[in-house]
Amino acid sequence: MTEVAATGAAAPVAELRVVGTPRRKVDATAKVTGELRFADDLVLPRMLHCKLLRSRLPHARIVRVDTTRAAAHPGVIAVMTGAELAIPFGILPVSQDEHALCRDVVRFVGDPVAAVAAIDEDVAAEACDLIDVEYEQLPAIASIEDGLSMREPLIHDYGDDANVHKRVALEFGDVDDAMATADLVREDVFFYEGNTHLPMEQHASLAQWSADGKITIWSSTQTPHYLHRAIAKVLEMPPAHVRVIATPNGGGFGGKSDPFNHEIVVCALARKTGRPVKICLTREEVFYCHRGRHPTLMKIKTGVRKDGGIVAMDFTSFLDGGAYGSYGVASTYYTGALQTVTYKVPHYRFRGARVFTNKPPCGPKRGHGTPQPRFALECHLDKIADQLGLDPAEMRRSNLQPANSVTANWLRIGSMGLGACIDATVTKSDWKNKHRKLPFGRGVGIACSSYISGAGLPIYWNSMPHSGVQLKLDRSGGVACFCGSTDIGQGSDSILAYIVAEILGIEPVDIRVVTGDTDLTPVDLGSYSSRVTMMSGNAAIQAAERARDQVASAVASKLGVPASRLTFAHRRVFDLQDAETGMSFAEAVQLAESKFGTVGSTGSYTPPRSPGRYKGAGVGPSPAYSYSCAIAEVEVDPETGIVRVPKIWLAHDVGQSINPTLVIGQVEGSVYMGLGEILMEEMTYRDKQRNVVHHHPSMLEYKSPTTWEMCDVETILINDKDPQGPFGGKEAGQGPLLPVMPAVANAVFDAVGVRVDEVPCSPHKVLRALRDKMKGKEGRFGPGSVPEYDFPDLTRVPTPAQGGNGRESVGRAHSEVGGDQSSVTNRDSAGNPVEQAGETTAAEIAGLNSERDSRRGSR
Amino acid sequence: MSHPVSIEPPARLKIQAAFIVNGEHCEVAFAPHKTLLEVLREDLALTGTKHGCELGECGTCTIIVDGTPILSCLALAASYANRRIDTVEGMAADGALHPLQDAFAELGAAQCGYCTPGFLMTARALLDATPRPSRNEIKDALSGNLCRCTGYLKIYEAVELASERIARAGAAVHD
Repeated sequence: MTEVAATGAAAPVAELRVVGTPRRKVDATAKVTGELRFADDLVLPRMLHCKLLRSRLPHARIVRVDTTRAAAHPGVIAVMTGAELAIPFGILPVSQDEHALCRDVVRFVGDPVAAVAAIDEDVAAEACDLIDVEYEQLPAIASIEDGLSMREPLIHDYGDDANVHKRVALEFGDVDDAMATADLVREDVFFYEGNTHLPMEQHASLAQWSADGKITIWSSTQTPHYLHRAIAKVLEMPPAHVRVIATPNGGGFGGKSDPFNHEIVVCALARKTGRPVKICLTREEVFYCHRGRHPTLMKIKTGVRKDGGIVAMDFTSFLDGGAYGSYGVASTYYTGALQTVTYKVPHYRFRGARVFTNKPPCGPKRGHGTPQPRFALECHLDKIADQLGLDPAEMRRSNLQPANSVTANWLRIGSMGLGACIDATVTKSDWKNKHRKLPFGRGVGIACSSYISGAGLPIYWNSMPHSGVQLKLDRSGGVACFCGSTDIGQGSDSILAYIVAEILGIEPVDIRVVTGDTDLTPVDLGSYSSRVTMMSGNAAIQAAERARDQVASAVASKLGVPASRLTFAHRRVFDLQDAETGMSFAEAVQLAESKFGTVGSTGSYTPPRSPGRYKGAGVGPSPAYSYSCAIAEVEVDPETGIVRVPKIWLAHDVGQSINPTLVIGQVEGSVYMGLGEILMEEMTYRDKQRNVVHHHPSMLEYKSPTTWEMCDVETILINDKDPQGPFGGKEAGQGPLLPVMPAVANAVFDAVGVRVDEVPCSPHKVLRALRDKMKGKEGRFGPGSVPEYDFPDLTRVPTPAQGGNGRESVGRAHSEVGGDQSSVTNRDSAGNPVEQAGETTAAEIAGLNSERDSRRGSR
Repeated sequence: MSHPVSIEPPARLKIQAAFIVNGEHCEVAFAPHKTLLEVLREDLALTGTKHGCELGECGTCTIIVDGTPILSCLALAASYANRRIDTVEGMAADGALHPLQDAFAELGAAQCGYCTPGFLMTARALLDATPRPSRNEIKDALSGNLCRCTGYLKIYEAVELASERIARAGAAVHD
C-alpha cells in the first residue's frame, strides 16, 4: 500500500496522534477470542424458538390457513398468521407494502405465511409442516419484460403504472441539441444480473416482552432506528416502549438494512406468549430475504467530440425489483444519479423504471443501484476510446468533473481526487506498457467510479440530525461514547473511539463505546449509504470538542493559563508553552466535575443542504464523494472462456484515512466482492414461466470467490482532504467495489478482443463471443436491445451552466402521471425531494461552497 | 397471558457423552441427532464457534478434533465421544492471545469477525502441521473457509505474521 497526497491538497494540519495511524479495532480482541456475541449467540431463560412457514408458490391468493394441527402439536406454545398483524410496513414511507405475515396474497417463493413459537427449533419446524394452507395460484410475473407488459395480475395495488413500481424521466440541459454537435454518438446496451450479499451470519433476532408492556429486540440489523419505527408501527406500541439493540452484524453489505418480517414476528410472538422468542434464519431463508442487487437492463447513448470530450449522455435503466418496494424507489434514482460526478456531462437525460416481479425483493447491496450503471458507463467509454483511437485512461483523465463544482444534475462536488487515482493506478500497473501490448489471452482494463459519503437526506423527511453522539466523562479518566450507529464489521465503533481519543488526548482503549441501542444511544440513521464515518464522525468531533472545552475551562482557571493554550495529548492536559505545567486527563476531568458537576456533552451532524430542488433531487446529494480507479489484469483461456484475474490495482480517494488498516480492508473487501460479481455470482431463477424458484439458495451452489479465485490487490490511498469530512475523511466501504466489474470486462476485451456486456462475465459467454468472432460475427455477448416502453414526459431541469436555479423549468408543457407533479415541498420519501422553499441561485451555490470550505478549515 | 396451547413436552430421549473440550473433561446430555456444532453452542454454551450454512459449505463452524480441522456442522456429536476437541475459546492461554489471534487483530484480518473463529481453527491446524507455510499452502489450507468481508488478503498476511512470530519465539527459547 502506498499513500499519495494529491496535488493541491491542503497542507497537513496539526499533528494527529490517533487518526491516520494503523491500529486495532476496539472490538478486535472480542472478535478473535469468540467473545463477541452475535444475535444467535444470545440465550434467555424460558426462551422459545420461532420458525416461519414460507410460501412454496411465487404468486397466489391465500384461500385458507388452518393452524389447528400445528397448535395441538406437543411443545408448540403459539401459532400466528397474518390475521393478527394487519399493519403494513416497509423501509420507505412511499412503499409500506409488506406484512409481517402474508394476509391475502403471497408474492414470491419464500414469502412468510405463518409463524410458530415452540420449546425448540425442531418442534417449531415440525409444527410448520402441520399448518395447512390452501392457495389459488396466480400467473407469475418473472422478468423485466413481464413487469412492463403484463397489466394483470397486479402484484401490488399501488405504483406508477400497473406492475411498474416506479418510473423516472429527467432531463438536465438539452441532450438532443448537444448530441447534434457531437463528432461521434455511440449507443450500447448492457445487462447486469442480480446477486446477493451472502453475509456469513444468517439473520437472527431475539425478542423479550416485559410485563410492564415494553419490548426489547436484539437483532442483526444495520438500521436499528428504522426497525424501531417499524416495530412500533406494526405492534401499535409507543416507540418509547420499544427498544431495539443492534447486535454486531456478521456481515451486512446492505442485506440487513430493511426491517424484516422475522424481526416483527418474534416481537409479536414474545408479546403473545410473554416469553423470549428467538429466530435464526436458515441459509436458504437468507436468500429469500435478499434485498440484493437489482437485475438491470440498460441503454446508454453518449455524444463525444473527436478528442473524447463528452457533450451529452442519455441513460435508460430497467430494474427487476422483485416482490416488494424495499429501497426500490431510491435504487431506481441511483441508477441515474452518479454518472455525472466522475466525468463532466454538460447535458444529461435519465429515464428509469422499476418493475415488480414474483421474486425475493431487491434492494441495496453495496453500491446501491450504482454498480449497474457504472458497469455500463465504464464499458461504454472503453468502446468509445477504442473507436476514437484514444487511450481509455487518458480519455477519462481529460473528462473529469472539476472539484468544487455543481454537476448538470445539481450535485455539489467538493474534493475530487479521481485524477490522482487514475495517475496512480496507471503508473503502478505499468498500464502504458501493457494496454493493447500484452500477448493474446492477457489484457488490462481500466474503470473509474465515485460514491456518496452518506445520503444528503434522511429516509423520513425531518430537520433533525442524521447522527448524534453523547459523551460521558468521569473522574476515573474513562470516557463513554454513545451513538446509535451499528458496527457491521466496517469498524464504525472504532472510528468513534479514534476520533474522541484524538480530540481528548487519550487512547482509544480508554473509551467505552456503546452503540446501536435505541434506549441508550442518540439516533444515528444506520449503516447504509456509506454515511457512518462522515456523519457519526462529525457528531463525535462536535461532542468531543465541547467536552474538551469544558474540561479546558476548568483546567485553565486552576493553572492560570488561557484555555486556548492548553493541549490535550498523551493522557494529559498541559500548557503548550510549558509542557510541565499540566495534569493528567483524569485530574482534569475531576476539576471539571468539581466545577460544573457531571461532565458530559453531545454532538450531532446534519448534512449540508443540496442545491437541487427538482423532483428526484433527493437521491444523489452527499456531503462528499469518494473516487476510485481500478486497473485489472486478466488471463483469458480461449479454449474454455475462463477468466482469471491475477491482480487489481486500485486507487481510492478517501480524503483522509481515519485508520488506514480499515480503509485498506474496505478496498480489498470491495475488490473481492466486485470480483465475485463479475466472475461468478448470480441470483437466478428456474422455470420462469410458472414457478420462479430460486436456482441455488445455498452457499455451495451460489458461487462466491474462495481463496483460489481472489486476486492480488495493490491499494493506493489518495489523501485529498474534504472540508466536509471528519479530519477530511470520506467513505471507503462501497466506492472501491464499483470500478472492479467494468475494469475486468474491459481487460477481457484487451485480452481476447471480445465484449461481454453482461455481469457476470461467465466462461460460456466469453466462449460464445469468441466463437462468434471466429465466424466473422461481432465478438460480443449481451442484450441486443431494451424493451419499448412509454416513459412519462421528461421533467426538464436547466443546468447550472444554463443559469438554472435547481428547479424544473417553469411552465413546462407536461407533467408526470400518478401524482408526480412538480410541486415538491416536504415530500416524505427517500427518492423524492424534501427541500424547503426557495430556489438556489448562482450566488447561493458559491456561498454554499465557501461555507463548506470554511467549516472544517480550522482543523 | 393465556395458558400455553400445549404443556406436554415432546418425547425426546437424550444421550449422554463425554468430550475433552479445550483440555477440560466435560459430560453433557443431548438429543442424539445433534451435531457437534449444536452441542458446543447450545448444550455447552460455547458460542464462539459460528455457523453460516449448516451444510458443510462455508467452513465457519470449523473446530479441531484430535489435531485435525473438521466441519462441526457435519459431525454427529454422538460419534465424537471422548475425543479431544479444540474451539476458539481455548486458543488464548493464560490471558494472552495466541499469535494467530494477535496477528488477526493487529492486521485487520477480522472485519465483521463472524468467520474468524473458523479461520483461526483452520490456520492453527495448518501451523501446527506446517510451521512455515508458503502463501500457496495457506491459500490451499484456507480454501474451504469463506469470508465475505476481507478478500482473504489480510488473513494470509496474519497467518504469515503469526508463523514468523511463533518461529522467532521458538528460536528465542532455543537460544
